[in-house]
Parts: sequence; C-alpha cells; structure tokens
Amino acid sequence: MKLELGNVPIRDIQFGVESKIVGDVLYINRKELQDMLAADQALKSVALELAKPGDRTRIMPVKDVIEPRVKVRGNGGVFPGAVSKVSLVGSGRTNVLKGAAVVTTGKVVGFQEGLIDMAGAGAEYTPFSKLNNLVLVCEPAEGINQYEHEKALRLAGLKTATYLGELAKEIESKDVAVYQTYGMKEGIEKFPDLKRVGYVLMLQSQGLMHDTYVYGVDMKQSLTTIINPTEIMDGAIVSGNCVSACDKNTTYHHQNNPVIADLFKEQGKNLNFVCVIITNETVYLADKERSSDWTAKLANLLDLDGVIISQEGFGNPDTDLIMNCKKLEGYGIDTVIITDEYAGRDGASQSLADGDPKADAVITSGNANELIQLEPMDKVIGHARAADMISGGFDGSLKGNGSILVELQAITGATNELGFNKLSAR
Amino acid sequence: MEKIKVVHYINQFFANIGGEEKAGYEPEYRPGAVGPGKAFLADFGNDAEIIGTVICGDTYFNQNMEEAKKTILRMVRDAGPDLVICGPAFHAGRYGIACGCVASAVKRELEIPAITGMYEENPGVDMFKKDLYIIATKASAAGMRAAVKAMASFGLRVARGEKIGTSAQEGYIPNGIRVNFFEEKRGSERAVAMLIKKMAGEAFTTEFPMPDFDRVEPNPAVKDLSKAKLALVTSGGIVPKGNPDHIESSSASKFGEYDIDGVYDLTEETYETAHGGYDPLYANADADRVLPVDILREFEQEAKIGSLYNRFYTTVGNGTAVAKAKEYAAEIGRRLLAANVDAVILTST
Repeated sequence: MKLELGNVPIRDIQFGVESKIVGDVLYINRKELQDMLAADQALKSVALELAKPGDRTRIMPVKDVIEPRVKVRGNGGVFPGAVSKVSLVGSGRTNVLKGAAVVTTGKVVGFQEGLIDMAGAGAEYTPFSKLNNLVLVCEPAEGINQYEHEKALRLAGLKTATYLGELAKEIESKDVAVYQTYGMKEGIEKFPDLKRVGYVLMLQSQGLMHDTYVYGVDMKQSLTTIINPTEIMDGAIVSGNCVSACDKNTTYHHQNNPVIADLFKEQGKNLNFVCVIITNETVYLADKERSSDWTAKLANLLDLDGVIISQEGFGNPDTDLIMNCKKLEGYGIDTVIITDEYAGRDGASQSLADGDPKADAVITSGNANELIQLEPMDKVIGHARAADMISGGFDGSLKGNGSILVELQAITGATNELGFNKLSAR
Repeated sequence: MEKIKVVHYINQFFANIGGEEKAGYEPEYRPGAVGPGKAFLADFGNDAEIIGTVICGDTYFNQNMEEAKKTILRMVRDAGPDLVICGPAFHAGRYGIACGCVASAVKRELEIPAITGMYEENPGVDMFKKDLYIIATKASAAGMRAAVKAMASFGLRVARGEKIGTSAQEGYIPNGIRVNFFEEKRGSERAVAMLIKKMAGEAFTTEFPMPDFDRVEPNPAVKDLSKAKLALVTSGGIVPKGNPDHIESSSASKFGEYDIDGVYDLTEETYETAHGGYDPLYANADADRVLPVDILREFEQEAKIGSLYNRFYTTVGNGTAVAKAKEYAAEIGRRLLAANVDAVILTST
C-alpha cells in the first residue's frame, strides 16, 4: 500500500469573509462553520475562538485535537466510518494542513480532561502550543446524557477538521512524503536481509467514555487485528476518549503517530516495517488474555522479529502492556515498550502497576505526577474552574490570580506514550 | 569568591597507615588533605580546599559503629565544612558501608551536604543509595582518577545547591527517585533505535529498569494434612500485648518469635498488632483475624491437621525493605526446618 502525504503549511489562522487558504494563511468564515455545527441538536451553542503559538491563552478542558486533512486522490475519505463513508483508506494522496489543528472544549464531559497553554511553562509540555488552533467551544443541549455529549463533541471536531481539510483539496503540495508498505512475500523478496518489524498499537477501550473507534467500530468490540500504517494517516482511528490528558492519544496523535513515522524512516535501511497490530485495552481478565494472545499470535504468524508496543493510559492498562510484552517475548519476538510513569510527586514510588523481567527494553515518557506551576494567562477559552476537577488537578489547584498548580497529568499530551515528545525520566 | 571548605573521609588503607592489620585504627582528624585527598585538591583548583581529613579503620568502624559515628560527627562538626566527601570506596564492602554511614549521618544530623563514590556492587550501595548521591566508580582503585574527577565536580555542585539532574545525566547510582527531563530525541525515535540494537544483540540501556522480582514457586501441596506439623508466620505485626520486642510499626528492624503453647484463642487482652500500615481496630479486637490460631487449634483437635507448631514468627511488612524481609525469611526458614515443621501458613494484612 502506498500513500502520499502532501503538506500544506499553515503559519497563521484568521477569521474572514470566506473560508479559504491563501498562501500559508487559513481563513475561516466563522458564521458558516458555526451554523454547520449548530445543526447538531445535541449542542446548545458553538462558539469559535483562535489560539496561536505564543498567545497568552489557556484552553481548558480540552477534549480532543484533530488535524485537518483531505483525500486528494485514491479510495475513500478522511475519518471513514465517522465522517466519511466506510471505505478502505490509506492509498493515493492526502493533503495535510500542517501547523493547524481543531481543538474541542466546552463544559467538561468527564473528570479526565486536560488543558493546553499556548505560552509559559506549560506550553513546553504540550505539542499543541506550537499549532494554530481553531477552538470549538461546544455547550451541550439541556437533558442530553454524557454519552450523547461525548459523541456530539467528537463529531463536531471531526466535521470541522474535514471542513477545513476540504479547503486544501485543490492545492498542489510542494512537500510530499511517500509511505509504502509491502505484502508478506513482496517484503521478504525486497528486503531479504532485514529484520521484520511490527508495531503493536494499544488502543484505550475500557468503555465508559474510554473509547477509541476504528473505521467507526468501537475497539473494545473488536478482536486484535492488523491495519496498514497508512490507513491510520487517513484518520481510520479516532479518539472518543475522556481519559487522563497527559497520556491519552488524541485523534491528532493517531494521524501523526510518531512510531509509524520513525519506523518508516528506517524502512529498507535497518528494518522491514511490516504492519501495525491494533489491540484493545479492556477491563475483564478474559478479554485481556484473549487480546494479548491474539497480539502475540498475529505477530508470530507475520514472522516478526521485533515489535514496538505503545500504551495508552496507565494503571489498569499496565497489565495489558505487560501481557502483550510477555507473550510476544514468549514467541522469541524482541520487544520495546513505550510507557509513562506514575512515580508520585516525589518520584519515589513504583512507577507501573505491573511489570515483568521480560520487559527489559522500556522507553519512558516521564513521570506524570510531577507538579508544575502554570502562570496566569490573559485569556481562558473554555472553563477555568475545571482546574480543580480534572485528573492531575486537585481542590485548590486554581489560585485566585488565575495560576494553576497541577500534576503534568493535566496537560494534554504531556507524557504521550506513542513517544511523541522528548520528555523522559530516569 | 571564598573557597568551598571540604572535609574528606578515608580509611586506614588510603591514609597509608596499613592494610588489614591496621583496620582497627580509631578515628583521627588530620588538618589538610591526605592520600586521595591530594587528587581531589588538584581537581578542585581554586574552587575548594580540603580543610581536614577524617581517617578511620574499616574494622573499627564496623565493629563500633555508633561510637565511631559519634566521634566522626563531632570531628566534622568542629571542622565546620561546606561539604563532606567520603571515599571513593570502590568495591571494598566495609569501607563502602563506613562511607555511606558517615555521609548519610553528616547529611541527616549535621545538615551538611555529603556525597560518596562506590562500585555498583558494593553492599554500601543498596544500604545508602536512597539517602545519598553515590557516584558510580570502577571496582578497584585503578579507577581512582576518573572517580575523583566525577566526585569533585559533582560534590561542588551539590555544595553550591545547584539543581541536580537525573542519575543518567549526573553519573550517580540510580536512587529510585524518578526525575523528569527533556531528552534530545523524541520517545518514538529512541524506541526504534533501541529495538534495532536489541534485535542485533547489541547492548542497550532501558530507561526504566523493572524492579527486581524474586518470584518464588510455591511448593507442591501437602499430601496429608492430618499428619503435617503446621506453623504460622505473619507480616501483619501480631505480637503479645505490649509488643515486648518493640517491633517497629513501619520499616521493621527485626522479627519476633513467640510461644503459643496452650494458647487456643488470641484475645484483645493478650495480643495486638504492631503494624502501622492498616486500621488496627479489627486486628486488636481479635488478632486471630490476622494470625488464625483459634481455627488451627480447632483443626488440631479434630485431627484435620497433625499439629500446630508451638511458636509463631511475626514482623511488620509496612515499609520494610525487601532486603530486610529476605534476611528475616532466611532465618525464620532455618528455625522452622530445625523444628521439623512440614508446612507454613503465611498471612499478610
């Protein structure tokens, strides 16, 4: 499978009379987009705001971040099963509004939402402070339940990203990257001397709003399966997660999965990147056993020599992580796992809820319990009071002057377990 | 700028007093640098000076620990340094323990910054790595030059109160405290590089070493309980009322062995728990809940079990280091074997 990603750089974002891209500026017709989103009866109101790098702006509580993309050539459309019809994606060409993102906020859905600071100390910890963000402040209609609320927010973000992506459909990108994978036999013939490598992508799917969707399927309903990495670049996986902000994979993270990008960099040089195995993170032991059995079995059937395993979330999913690792190593497949740590505010506690000597190659994205003082911002998009209730916050997190004392946990993407950031710990 | 004042602690060997035959040497304070102290002076340049050296024989220190510590602390206090450097001790066990002991006491009791240096397998490392920065050194004094260089510059940074980074950045032995920092490459890129090395069989360093697991396979089931001699062992802290051996409520330094000959029931008046890690109300009201003597006595009378061994062993698991627990288990096991006990019921909390 071969996908070309055409970058369309966006260096500024403004409201204008017409939605369009001129040079590297993205203009948005505020009213047109607002009206489109307000059509969803689950939402009482939708307001649009801009947050740019360096702005003294705080966005909270953040539900999801999405990158606008559009299919230029090839089968299907972005976010299949969510926005576009269900149809296989991952081939042809896709344009990307590089440097822009859609951020959803509004009344908090669950307790576990995060924040993005566009300036100051907190901005260092979230990749989204470097983007030109269109922020959707969505307030739910009276009487809808939290599941309807979550879905409404999820769809508003995806629809907006699709709307913005469409603006780049006719643009001929000057910066095109090509990603190609090969069938079993083809790959072995092409790279006879290279180790066969896979990527085990664990998707948060514990239910009760800890959900991830693949082509519209709730991942907890699925057996472990394989997917082509280029499908993920077209939005085959979307986040429906209300889970601790620091290590939840937003839709943006899935679209820009760094493990996939870095495995492609070594493709044909130091390894043969075969495919991605997606598996769920469930709550019942039988489901954990089955899913990890299938992870190891598929990797073995694919004759993989090594895999990288990435986790989403912490605590309970640590058991899924270690089961996957142990069973893969049991087949003689080398593993490297990516996780983050909950070592307490003083860094002295045991970092993971589960462990095994077989997990001898670990990449850590840092201690999520470490405290950080966030200075007051000039503008808060969303609801400042959420500071006291989000994970990583506590009663009294929000100070009178608008500064916030929180654990890194509260910052969207801070300890991402796809290895998106440079933060680590020893 | 004024020079940082350093007191250096070394043993009789490095002070050129003698080897094992002089290991009983009592603590002595000498002004200025002695032995490896001269190498430190060279590395300090104009930034620091060694105002004095404390010398003590390894055997003397380890056999008279409290007395030695007291004397040495007094010597250090009188000298009034800004920093105390102990060793390096390399792989010398008793020297390592002395260095760790002196440095941690100086830190804790005199509130003066103190560091030491050792080889990673020195027994002093496990004992003191949580209390101290221990710079990792080679096993032998052949690594003196590198050890002094690392300890000198690191020691001065500690003395100045500078922000200390992670063990990987600074070269001290990981102390179990996790510290965040920004790597040069993102996590995914490090993961790919690590996997390539692992698959090629090359050396790599994990960023999070799994805790050491000491998993013990259970023995096969006892074939005939009606002939077996059973014993009770607990980490739930059940002790005779009044806790006669003063087992600590946390981080226990000992275990207790108590006679239950003729005891058929543990009552509120006779037993209690010493454990500080759980709500003691229910254990104090009826200690059989943690140490089931009553039920086992019934089983004994009904001949469901052969007999209940007339002593039980107890300690407090709360905050007690694994190394200590292993030490107690080995000794308890030895005593149970000597008493021909067939099986043990281990209870926690």
